Amino acid sequence: MSRSDVLVDADWVEAHIGEPGVVLVEVDEDTSAYDKGHIPTAVKVDWKKDLQDPVRRDFVDKTGFEALLSARGISNEDTVVLYGGNNNWFAAYAYWYFKLYGHQHIKLLDGGRKKWELDSRELSTDVPERAKSSYTAQEQNSDLRALRDEVLAAIGKRNLVDVRSPDEFAGRLLAPAHLPQEQAQRAGHIPTARNVPWSKAANEDGTFKSDDDLRALYESEAGLDFGKDTIAYCRIGERSAHTWFVLHELLDLANVKNYDGSWTEYGSLVGVPIELGEAR
Amino acid sequence: MSADGCGAPAGGAAVPAGAGDQAVVEGRVLHDGAPVGTGYARLLGTGDEFVAEVPLAGDGGFRFFAAPGSWTLRVLAPGGLRAERVVDAGYGQVTKVEVTI
Repeated sequence: MSRSDVLVDADWVEAHIGEPGVVLVEVDEDTSAYDKGHIPTAVKVDWKKDLQDPVRRDFVDKTGFEALLSARGISNEDTVVLYGGNNNWFAAYAYWYFKLYGHQHIKLLDGGRKKWELDSRELSTDVPERAKSSYTAQEQNSDLRALRDEVLAAIGKRNLVDVRSPDEFAGRLLAPAHLPQEQAQRAGHIPTARNVPWSKAANEDGTFKSDDDLRALYESEAGLDFGKDTIAYCRIGERSAHTWFVLHELLDLANVKNYDGSWTEYGSLVGVPIELGEAR
Repeated sequence: MSADGCGAPAGGAAVPAGAGDQAVVEGRVLHDGAPVGTGYARLLGTGDEFVAEVPLAGDGGFRFFAAPGSWTLRVLAPGGLRAERVVDAGYGQVTKVEVTI
């Protein structure tokens, strides 16, 4: 797998707008951004309403995912190009999620919505009408997703990468600094985790850094053992999906999982070990 | 913004009621006297360490909930427009800053 297999730039997207077999999908948590203007022909996926089970804390099941993609007119053969706000956090999450359910042809727009906006490229408020498809998903690929017991068993054995900000890692903040610090669960990080904030993997315009820079960041600077399996986590699993994309898709490391339960789950578990303080 | 989400809404999340313990940095971005409705505000720590980023609201507004301390606020907008300000945040305070680019 190479960078060109999983990442496209804005020029590529502009050249393929409206092309049969290519579906642009904007993924956000706050979908007012899509409603204000989106890349022409892009359809919308709401990270919360469309991808999360409305009752349990879990994903929509296989049937629900099939219904979602069918309703959006996405077929199994389509190349899906994902992009979104927040430096592609939710688009990277959707990329990981689509992979989890076995979608084959999928790419991320490098820089996402931010790069597109800063380039002053065209945005449209027209909502495309796509004919419904009949999508068939695979069973979830458990090689990509870590659950809590696996994370506990990985302490001191596998690479654990905490991709939150240093203040969240150290326990000074419970949420990213664009959100109120409202939660009641314990602060800190999973013992033995390395702190490599997701933002270190991105340039200011939201594009990913070069493969050489990324390899140096995780291997030389953070001290990850690329020979070991890796689990990435953040607060709810979307920033760590960004890092999962870097490690698994761009750097082509085997056995990288995203722990989507992340700190909102781990920091609320009774009796589990927690460390406070700066990265070592 | 509820605890089950993590995204940055345009302009930043609303200040919750009774949030006297928050260290808020908020303001507006202007260009030629008019609000900049498309762009990004980022909060940076020591050594330009990224802390947070929000897309600007339609009125050019932004808001952060920082830890107490000194921060760099950087604004990016289409056309290569950018500006920086140093801001101080403290618990129970709302630090207001207007940025002209």
